[in-house]
Amino acid sequence: MTGKTLYDKLWDSHLVTQREDGTALIYIDRQLIHEVTSPQAFEGLRLAGRRPWRADANFATPDHNIPTTREERRQGLEGIRDPISRIQVTTLDENCREFGIFELDMNDERQGIVHVVGPEQGATLPGMTIVCGDSHTSTHGALGALAHGIGTSEVEHVMATQCLMQTKMKNMLIRVDGRLNPGVTAKDIVLAIIGEIGTAGGTGYTIEFGGEAIRSLSIEGRMTVCNMAIEAGARAGLIAVDQTTLDYIKGRPFAPKGEMWEKACTAWREMVSDDTAQFDRVVVIDAAEIIPQVTWGTSPEMVAPITGEIPDPEQQSSPSRRDNMRQALKYMGLTPGMKITDIKLDCIFIGSCTNSRIEDLRAAAAVVKGHKVASTIEMALVVPGSGLVKKQAEAEGLDKIFIEAGLEWREPGCSMCLAMNADQLGAGKHCASTSNRNFEGRQGFGGRTHLVSPAMAAAAAINGHFVDVRDMLLTLDR
Amino acid sequence: MRKFTKESGLVMPLDRSNVDTDFIIPKQFLKSIKRSGFGVNLFDEHRYMDKGEPGRDNSQRPLNTDFVLNQPRYKGASVLLARENFGCGSSREHAPWALDDYGFRIILAPSYADIFFNNCFKNGILPIVLDKEIIDRLFAKVEAQEGFSLTADLEAQQIELSDGERIPFNVDAFRKDCLINGLDDIGLTLQDADKIKAFEQNWRNTSPWYFGVQG
Ligand code: SF4
Repeated sequence: MTGKTLYDKLWDSHLVTQREDGTALIYIDRQLIHEVTSPQAFEGLRLAGRRPWRADANFATPDHNIPTTREERRQGLEGIRDPISRIQVTTLDENCREFGIFELDMNDERQGIVHVVGPEQGATLPGMTIVCGDSHTSTHGALGALAHGIGTSEVEHVMATQCLMQTKMKNMLIRVDGRLNPGVTAKDIVLAIIGEIGTAGGTGYTIEFGGEAIRSLSIEGRMTVCNMAIEAGARAGLIAVDQTTLDYIKGRPFAPKGEMWEKACTAWREMVSDDTAQFDRVVVIDAAEIIPQVTWGTSPEMVAPITGEIPDPEQQSSPSRRDNMRQALKYMGLTPGMKITDIKLDCIFIGSCTNSRIEDLRAAAAVVKGHKVASTIEMALVVPGSGLVKKQAEAEGLDKIFIEAGLEWREPGCSMCLAMNADQLGAGKHCASTSNRNFEGRQGFGGRTHLVSPAMAAAAAINGHFVDVRDMLLTLDR
Repeated sequence: MRKFTKESGLVMPLDRSNVDTDFIIPKQFLKSIKRSGFGVNLFDEHRYMDKGEPGRDNSQRPLNTDFVLNQPRYKGASVLLARENFGCGSSREHAPWALDDYGFRIILAPSYADIFFNNCFKNGILPIVLDKEIIDRLFAKVEAQEGFSLTADLEAQQIELSDGERIPFNVDAFRKDCLINGLDDIGLTLQDADKIKAFEQNWRNTSPWYFGVQG
């Protein structure tokens, strides 16, 4: 008999009803809410005279528009200088109050990027279905939950009905076999995967990440991988539950306690694909072959190993791919054949829901410790993913390491990941960024983003250009 | 929701694959708490020479005359002809809102990003998937013939060209029904409220840990 994949199990256990054509209603356990994609949904509810189906299933925190300097944060809402941004944040506060929704507001110590805060608070649990009006909701799949990014109409739909209308996706398994080499991280794994299957490779699939290299990752690392499933085209990424997952969740505020905890763990241990499960597509990658990755273009699939060079569009056989590469190189101001290590940087951004958890900050701090940021770097930001990450980092003295090295230590938020607040990358400037998107203008109008791991961004900060962090780690070891 | 049955319009080509949602509507316009008014900032970073900000008078901004949207021959277009993986990137529904507000009602492409594709249907826009060869042919036709228009007949699931050619397309039966009848998703789902309640009760019994509040 064919067994079920993890995705099949999550789907089947949440299926409310299914129409003949395959459209299904899936019950949603948790909706995460932020200020950018929710106002129109709340307004829709209000206009229709509807109330949330289950207010306690919702969890909100503002993140995109939040300023990150200490001075601005000290001023509370007034510290948001842009009046339009401020309205968006106060609108979230008002909506949560009106509809009885739990919110960690911008002045709460626990506030942060919704995808960092959800798991941190235990609002993300294995076996759940989770949605959020944000494509990086895929992050939560790292804990064995089915987590989808949705549009604002769907946000309203889930608020009003506790269900999402969906057709089932196909199953893909990406297996990363073997062990990673020192200096190679979860970010390099996922960038290498996207380089391999392309940004549309996962379209129509739910991707489960498995294999020894994935199993060996911490929950933080697993979240980095699932976070970028959407960059491979998949709405949801998944990783099976194991002891690492349960250890991470235990004792978190929203997690079950006592006897209920034991029962939940028994159920959660089933949140794995059966040995006999069939996948529609399987991709196998050898972890030992993964080298630290750097994106050189304007799509996450335009990626190369640090030891490589900028590819030549003229060598491309597909005309549309050739045009894309030409456009990307023109925008990035780079030339074919140039070594990746010769790319000079103006800015460094360590943060975002991809890489702003404690482990990311530890990795970056270990590299910069005792060094100084290169004099050619104009701006170097470290933005923790949540107030609690910040607190933990400060308890470990990481903030001092960053500040002594010449990086700025900021308050939590999305910040320069998409530059909706005041943290913007200047036109023509190159930024080594630990975020997830390198689209044109993503970090600021005309800005040029290179996606890398926290350790690679830290190494670039010290050298002023990209270097192979593995070489630096060698000297550190000595 | 607005109905879609049969619509005709001028075709504008956007010859670029992986057009992402930042391309369609840059993030500074996401600060709005409204659903409308995004059309003037559709493709903002490519359409204008300077950086757009919400609340600015766009009529005073320098236009990028090379960008296809600004070419007089495509003025008033309501059909967007696009390439692979159109609408990739974020989940922002502001992307279909901007396309719709500008006046695009039909999109033709070989493939779309999942969330964007879904968001189109929620806003009365019809995204049609066609084979790459057909898309290539349509790009050639638009190029060759000024004023090239077409009709999309959702009922009959076909595109009609002025020379009489008919191109069939597939569409999910449920989504078709919703578009043709202008059905409101929430109202539709609430018809199943009893089933949702029954499911919820059972789920609460078997998995009570999902119903706890902060402890
Ligand atoms: S950190 Fe970046 S990708 Fe993550 S939610 Fe914020 S803006 Fe989106």
